Amino acid sequence: AGLRQAAARQTLSQADLLRFDPLGQVTLLHVTDVHAQLTPIYFREPSINLGVGAVEGKPPHVTGHDFLQMFDIPADSPECYALTSENFVDLARTYGRVGGLDRLATLINAIRAERPDNTLFLDGGDTWQGSYTSLQTRGGDMVRAFNALKTDAMTAHWEFTYGEARVREILDGELDMPFLCGNVLDTLWEEPVFESTQMFERGGVQVAVIGQAFPYTPIANPRHLIPEWSFGIRPETVQEHVDAARAAGAEVVVLLSHNGFDVDRKLASLVSGIDVILTGHTHDALPREVKVGKTLLIASGSHGKFLSRLDLEVTGGQVTDYRYRLIPVFADVITPDPDMARLIAEVRAPYEAECTRVLGKTDDLLYRRGNFNGTFDDLICQALLAERDAEIALSPGFRWGATLLPGQDITIDDVYSMTAITYPNAYRQAMTGEMLKTILEDVADNLFNDDPFYQQGGDMVRVGGLGYSIDIQKPMGSRISDMTLLKTGAPIDPAREYVVAGWASVNEGTEGPPIYDVVSQYIERQGTVSVPENTTIKIRT
Amino acid sequence: AVAAGLTAVPGLAWADEAAVAEAIKGMVGDMPPESGVTLDLPEIAENGNTVPLSFEVDAPMSGDVYVKDVMVLADGNPSPDVAVFHFTPMSGKAAASTRLRLAGTQNVVAVAQLSDGTAMMGKKQVKVTIGGCGG
Amino acid sequence: MATIRPRVKAPRKASPGEVVEIKTLINHSMESGQRKDKNGDPIPRQIINKFVAAFNGREFFTVDLAPAISANPYLSFYAKVEESGEFTFTWHDDDGSVYEDSKSIEVA
Ligand SMILES: [Mn+2]
Ligand SMILES: [Mn+2]
Repeated sequence: AGLRQAAARQTLSQADLLRFDPLGQVTLLHVTDVHAQLTPIYFREPSINLGVGAVEGKPPHVTGHDFLQMFDIPADSPECYALTSENFVDLARTYGRVGGLDRLATLINAIRAERPDNTLFLDGGDTWQGSYTSLQTRGGDMVRAFNALKTDAMTAHWEFTYGEARVREILDGELDMPFLCGNVLDTLWEEPVFESTQMFERGGVQVAVIGQAFPYTPIANPRHLIPEWSFGIRPETVQEHVDAARAAGAEVVVLLSHNGFDVDRKLASLVSGIDVILTGHTHDALPREVKVGKTLLIASGSHGKFLSRLDLEVTGGQVTDYRYRLIPVFADVITPDPDMARLIAEVRAPYEAECTRVLGKTDDLLYRRGNFNGTFDDLICQALLAERDAEIALSPGFRWGATLLPGQDITIDDVYSMTAITYPNAYRQAMTGEMLKTILEDVADNLFNDDPFYQQGGDMVRVGGLGYSIDIQKPMGSRISDMTLLKTGAPIDPAREYVVAGWASVNEGTEGPPIYDVVSQYIERQGTVSVPENTTIKIRT
Repeated sequence: AVAAGLTAVPGLAWADEAAVAEAIKGMVGDMPPESGVTLDLPEIAENGNTVPLSFEVDAPMSGDVYVKDVMVLADGNPSPDVAVFHFTPMSGKAAASTRLRLAGTQNVVAVAQLSDGTAMMGKKQVKVTIGGCGG
Repeated sequence: MATIRPRVKAPRKASPGEVVEIKTLINHSMESGQRKDKNGDPIPRQIINKFVAAFNGREFFTVDLAPAISANPYLSFYAKVEESGEFTFTWHDDDGSVYEDSKSIEVA
């Protein structure tokens, strides 16, 4: 660690990360999709993130070398390491870990000290879920940490997977900030469940923050956890909230959104009067804003890896100028904030021994992000096939979870970073070939429908024991072909039943051992794991 | 991601686009243009058993001409019929909401007939998916 | 089936000529006639097939419902009120039962 810190510090400093020529009256700070990462991690951005239709080849659907070119980033630079998967392992060893809420606190406190009356710190949600400790405390550890960061408002997605009762309990007694979800109605009378808008005064300017929760929460996650709440994009409702905010005197309107980038890009073209959309859910990190008409879209990445700073100059009730920086949170060059470090140690203390327990070691880079597979998902599929004695494994296309470098130990923390959900049961059931095809087609359409309002974010369901070809340009029902049972090399028979193991079913009453136990047991048995290159999915164009 | 299982009703003739077109022609004669009725339905249904629907007809509700009837149809259910709403000038606004069952991904159509015989229509596709996964 | 009880949300006060929103619910299984029981026998259709809203005795909004309407049918709609009076709402069941509720409104 000493050597690595030295290397990182040669090229970077805390002062460099904070360097910013302030502008105007309002400083917006944004993080999103922290996924309960209290401490620094490695996080590899995707090497494949395809866009379809009008957004093909547009940010955030640009990766690797193309990304470096588009944003004029030198190879092997700190920005290259933070924003792409290029030369990832070498650069990770040079520049070190990212994130950590004690580091984030240092940056936020420094900016607040410089701009005490101007700063608004907003959290885009997916904050309370994604770690061992967050699962044990049902989000309580993250609520304490984000209270301590003096967060001004948040919106939500995975928060809802703790269930309605727990969300209410947190809002009633634990959370110190407005929980803004203007697009959530009760299923009985179709009336608002949460506040939509919070007005703030910063630098003499009235700033309205409107919250938009993940529109497809009851579809992408189990509806039975929140049976009385209905979501949706609801562009007309967003427009009503914007108009109401303007009528109440807002000079700046910010949509704190968990829609996903492409949904927000379309929403920005339908709703007038939004100055800034702070995007979330799809975990994209973009070093520059994207403009749709007059609306600025900001994409602040995930896992506490970045802090966005957007300064706004407001003249005569209009945003007249802005300045933006996506600040990478390089853990090794930022002095941890002592108060936050103490809080993190305190909330982790009851679990520290269990969390840091080593299960085994990895020979290969383990990551998740990518449209079709990730090596940690391949490992989960290996575990499902072996531990559940199945022919085929299915693993959800989540976008959260920390990266492990080759040679690194795998701890309980690392397994939960990939699997910590409230519906973890690893089922084992018979499925026909036809049903498997239906599932792949359904998920592919949720990802590659050319109308973003029909997309749910996330990535393709991961498969083990099964190969297939995909043509993302085709319509639903004809994207998937050449499905093959890898064990025998035989084509998948639509009529035959296969033994399938999977996890994260949205159906109530799913039975089986929790996935984190299945994966932990597999890693312990293996001692050292390795994941061969995945060549079982062919992308056709 | 695991199959939720859509409502299957074996042995019944299902609705389709032709059945919907036939019902529309039965109500208003010729096929009206696809405008004048704003249909608000989710792009993706949270629960196929109870999908919220709202509509509003872009027509006045006072004076001589007002919206009389709005028929809602679905082209992928066992039968295309959903509901028929009957308005009067006292309705104030030719708008209403309800919730419907959708047996799978399909189009929902609302046809309005005014007191002078004018017809209008709105249409929206609702996807019913297996669910699961996410960012 | 549990006791069938309609519920209505309507404003108590309005100004003359105001268009007010009325929301109604009734707990009812809306048995579609397309399902089968455990023995494979068809479950007969039993739905609320008609809803009527009236103001001071005059019908102003009615709905014919088909089996595609969800269980516990929800209807929201509008009324333009010129004078004080009473709304009455009736739900007609396939089995001949009629369920009623009413709400008064003060218009000034
Ligand atoms: Mn997320
Ligand atoms: Mn999310």
